[in-house]
Amino acid sequence: MLHDLFSFVRGPMVWIAFTVFTVGSLYRLISMWRLAKKKDSVIFNYFSIFFAIRSIGHWILPFAGVNMRKHPAMTVVAFLFHGCLFAVPIFLSAHVILFKESWNISWWWMPDMAADIMAMIVIGCCLFFLGRRIFLKEVRYLTSVSDYLILAAVAVPFISGVWAYHQWAAFQAALVIHIVSGEIMLMIIPFTKLSHMLFAPFTRGYMGSEFGGVRNSKDW
Amino acid sequence: MTKQSPANIATIPDEGVDKGGQRLTPEQVTRVIRRMFEEEGGARLKIYIETCVHCGLCSDACHFYLSNNKDPKFSPAGKVKQTLGIIIQKKGRVSIDFIKKASEIAFTECNLCKRCVMYCPFGIDIAYLMLFMRRICHKLGVVPQYIQDTAHSHSVTMNQMWVKEDEWIDTLQWQEDEARDEIENLRIPLEKEGAEIFYSVIGPEPKFRAQLIYQTAVIMNVAGMDWTMPATPGWDNSDMCMYTGDDEMAARLKKVHFEAAMRLKTKRIVMGECGHAFRSVYDVGNRHLGWKMSPLPLIHAIEFYYELFRDKKLRVKQKYDIPVTLHDPCNVVRGGGLHELARYVINETCSRFVEMHPNREHNYCCAAGGGVINCGPPYSKKRVIGNKVKADQLADAKARGAKIIIAPCHNCHAGLEDIVKYYDLDMEIKFLGDIIYECIDKT
Ligand code: HEM
Ligand code: SF4
Ligand code: SF4
Repeated sequence: MLHDLFSFVRGPMVWIAFTVFTVGSLYRLISMWRLAKKKDSVIFNYFSIFFAIRSIGHWILPFAGVNMRKHPAMTVVAFLFHGCLFAVPIFLSAHVILFKESWNISWWWMPDMAADIMAMIVIGCCLFFLGRRIFLKEVRYLTSVSDYLILAAVAVPFISGVWAYHQWAAFQAALVIHIVSGEIMLMIIPFTKLSHMLFAPFTRGYMGSEFGGVRNSKDW
Repeated sequence: MTKQSPANIATIPDEGVDKGGQRLTPEQVTRVIRRMFEEEGGARLKIYIETCVHCGLCSDACHFYLSNNKDPKFSPAGKVKQTLGIIIQKKGRVSIDFIKKASEIAFTECNLCKRCVMYCPFGIDIAYLMLFMRRICHKLGVVPQYIQDTAHSHSVTMNQMWVKEDEWIDTLQWQEDEARDEIENLRIPLEKEGAEIFYSVIGPEPKFRAQLIYQTAVIMNVAGMDWTMPATPGWDNSDMCMYTGDDEMAARLKKVHFEAAMRLKTKRIVMGECGHAFRSVYDVGNRHLGWKMSPLPLIHAIEFYYELFRDKKLRVKQKYDIPVTLHDPCNVVRGGGLHELARYVINETCSRFVEMHPNREHNYCCAAGGGVINCGPPYSKKRVIGNKVKADQLADAKARGAKIIIAPCHNCHAGLEDIVKYYDLDMEIKFLGDIIYECIDKT
C-alpha cells in the first residue's frame, strides 16, 4: 500500500505536477496576453524594453530602491528566500540524480551540506514571513487564510526535505510528504498569488515603462 | 485575518452619495458591477489583484496610512482589500451601503498619486484600481456631491467653474486693463491665429485667481512671446471628469481643448501651473482620444519658465530673498519628471532654497489631488488629518529656515493652505509665477 503510494508520487505524479505547472503557466501567460490585447492595448503601446529593464534591474538588485533600504531585514530575507528557493530544488544532488536516472540528463549540483543550510534558510525565511503576518498590523490586515496556506505550501516541502535528509523519526513518511508537498507547490504556482512569479516581470516592466517613457521619472 | 466589514463603519454624510444610493437596488449594483468587470476589467485589473502577495510593503508610501497612526485600513493594498477585494470575493453581490463606503474610500482616501507604485516590489498600480472603483461608483451614480457638481459644470460649459463665455472674455479684458497700468500697451491676445503659444489655464483661475492671468500676461509681454488664448470653450485645461470615472466626458473635454489650440493654428500648448490638468492633457485625456501623446507639443509652466530663463528671455532684477522650499507636485514630478527644471527656475530667481525631505519623485502628496479636495467640505477635516506627515515635513523645512512654500500646482496650493492653517505652520504658499513676477526686470 505505502509502496504503491510511493511509486505513484515518485512516478506519474511527478509528470502530472510538471505538466500542470508548465501547461498551467503557459495557459495563464497566453490567456492573459490575449486579454491584454483585447482590453488593455494601451500596455503594448507604452511598453518599452529599455525602461522595463531599467526598472526590473533596480528591483532585482538588493537595496537598489528606497523602500528596500527602509526595510533592510525584509530585503535581506526576501532575497535570501527567493535565491535559496530556486537554487535548492534545482541544484540538489538527489534531485539531479533523479533526473539523471529518469531522463539521463544532469547538471552541476551543490554539496549536500550547502543545500541543507540553504533549505534551512528557506524555512527560517518562511518563519520570518509568518511572523510579519502575525505581528505587523499592516500585513495582518491584508492576510486571509489563503495567505497562511500558501506560505505553508512553500514551507512544507523544505521542512520535510530537511527532515528526510537527516533521517529523523519516520523519515520515510517525511519523504512522501516532501514529494507530495513539492508537487502541490509546483502545481499551485500558476493558479494562486504565487503566479507573481509569472507576472512580476510584466507588472514591473510596464510600470517601469510608464514611469520612464511617459512620466520621465524613476519608479524605485 | 482581521474581520472588518467596511459597511459597518459609519460613512461621512454626503448628499451626492446618499441620494445616489437611495435610487439604487442591490440587483442594479450587482448588474452594473458585473458589466464593468466584463467590459472594462482587463489584464491589468486581474494581474494587479492576483499578483499582490499581501506583503504590506506599499503601506509606507501612503500619506493617509502614515498620518492615521499607521492604520492599515488606509494602506494602499488595504484600500483595495476593502473595495475591489470584497467585490471580487462576493462576485459583485454587495450592498448599497457597501458601495457608499467604497465610494468614500476611493474618492476621499486616495489621491491617485502613485507614490505606492514606487514602494510595491511589483509596481502594482493602486491608483488604477481606485479609479476602477470610482468608475463603478460613477456608473452607479454614487459620487460625492461637490466633485459631481464640477463634473456637471464640465459637461455643460466645458469648464470646471460654471464660467460663462462672456465672463471669461471679460476677465481677460479686465486683467489686460489692470496690467496696462504696469506695462504700457500690454496685450492678452485673444483668438490670434497662428500664434506660437496657446496658453490654457484651469477654470478656477478666471473665477478666483485672476491675478495669475495678470502675472502670466506680464511675463509673456516682458519675454516678448507670441501667444494667445481662445475666446471659446477649450480655454480650460482642467478635468475633474477624469477623477469621477467619467472617461467619456474626460475625452470630450480634452478634445475641445486640443481642437481650440488647433483651430487657432498654434504651434504648441503652454499650460498654467496646475498638476492635475497636466496629467489630464499629457497623460490621460490624450489616451481616451486615441493619441499616444498629446496631438501637439505641450509643456507645463515649469518647463516654459525654464526655457525663458535658459534662453535669457527673462532677466532677474533682484533675486527673491526670503528662504523658499519646494513642494514637488505628484502630477508634474512623478507624472512628468519636471523636478530638476523647477529647481533650475528656483535657482535663477531665489537666493535661498531649502529642500524638503523626502523630495522629487518621493515627495509626499498634498492630499488635495486626485479630486479629493474637490469632494468638498464634508471631507476637508479628514483630508488634513490624513496628511499629518506633510505637516511634519513642512515643519522640518521651516525649522531649517524655509518661510515660503513654492507649489507649482493649484491643487497642491489649496491643499497646503489647509494644512498650513490646520497645523499652525505660519508659512506662505506661492506659485513659481508669483516669484518670477516679483523678481524679474519688467522694463
Ligand atoms: C522570478 C520569480 C519570482 C519573483 C520575481 C518573486 C518576487 C517576489 C516579491 C517581490 C515578493 C514580495 C516580498 C518581497 O520579497 O519583497 C515575493 C514574495 C513571496 N514569494 Fe516570490 N517571487 C518569485 C518566485 C516565487 C516562487 C517560485 C515562489 C514559491 C513557489 C515564491 C514565493 C513567495 C512567497 C511565499 C512570498 C510571500 C512572502 C509573504 O508571505 O510575505 N516566489 N516574491
Ligand atoms: S494616495 Fe497615493 S500612495 Fe496612497 S494609495 Fe493612493 S496612490 Fe497610493
Ligand atoms: S506592496 Fe504590492 S504586493 Fe505588497 S501588499 Fe502592497 S500592493 Fe500588494
